[in-house]
Amino acid sequence: MREAVLLFLVVVSGTGGEICVTRAMKRVGEVTDFRPMALVRVILSAMKVPWMWIGISMMALAFFALLAVLSIENVSFVVPVTALNYAAGALGGKFFLGERVTLRRWAGVLIVCVGVTLVWLGKR
Amino acid sequence: MTSSPGLHFKTYCMLLIMVVFAPLGNVLLGKGMKNVGSVVSWSPSKLPHIVSLVLTSGYVWLGIASLLTFFIAYMLILSWADFSYVQPASSIALLVVALLGYFYLGERISALHWAGIVVICLGVFVVGNTPPRTTEKAEHA
Repeated sequence: MREAVLLFLVVVSGTGGEICVTRAMKRVGEVTDFRPMALVRVILSAMKVPWMWIGISMMALAFFALLAVLSIENVSFVVPVTALNYAAGALGGKFFLGERVTLRRWAGVLIVCVGVTLVWLGKR
Repeated sequence: MTSSPGLHFKTYCMLLIMVVFAPLGNVLLGKGMKNVGSVVSWSPSKLPHIVSLVLTSGYVWLGIASLLTFFIAYMLILSWADFSYVQPASSIALLVVALLGYFYLGERISALHWAGIVVICLGVFVVGNTPPRTTEKAEHA
């Protein structure tokens, strides 16, 4: 039960964080200039978008939850289960970022979910 | 992507770094956290102790360094290669994690567990092989 809660945090908070960072970076605009000074300016303007901070906090939370779950479960169980990120990413991309998710991508997500179910059932 | 041999070589090097260092990072984190022991109690009074154990674990820092190496290679490769070309590599990384867990950490993996891992890899491969951008038309040729 505890590992399920932690894995949920890893997946949902990790993907949620990435979605917030994506939102912030889309507001900053496409990066076309890769000279060091221009990159520093991009980072500074990204730091002014609140979504960036929400995203970084959520990704940090996901990392600590990953550490916690690794203390109670095997890596060969935890890491494959975190592939659920793709399911969360497809849902989040569709509903929070308005991305179109192709049928093929949904099919992939479904296959990932089947695999995670097998891994969960095959544990120990 | 152009087809110059130099670029291909660079791409394969970066893919190799990604496929080695991401799983290695996770496995080292796992080993470090297993040494820390189960986070049995979540009481706030125990937390500083747990945090200090985590921060003094060499494996955890090695794991973080590996993940940073992966992340830098990932950022670099994304500056010239398509995301949809790079992403299926993470399905191979999942398999590498399982192999490292099995051979290096001695984790027991049942047949059903292996089957699940292979199915997940397949799913990630299918997800990765789809167009990376759908919100607006790509401007570059």
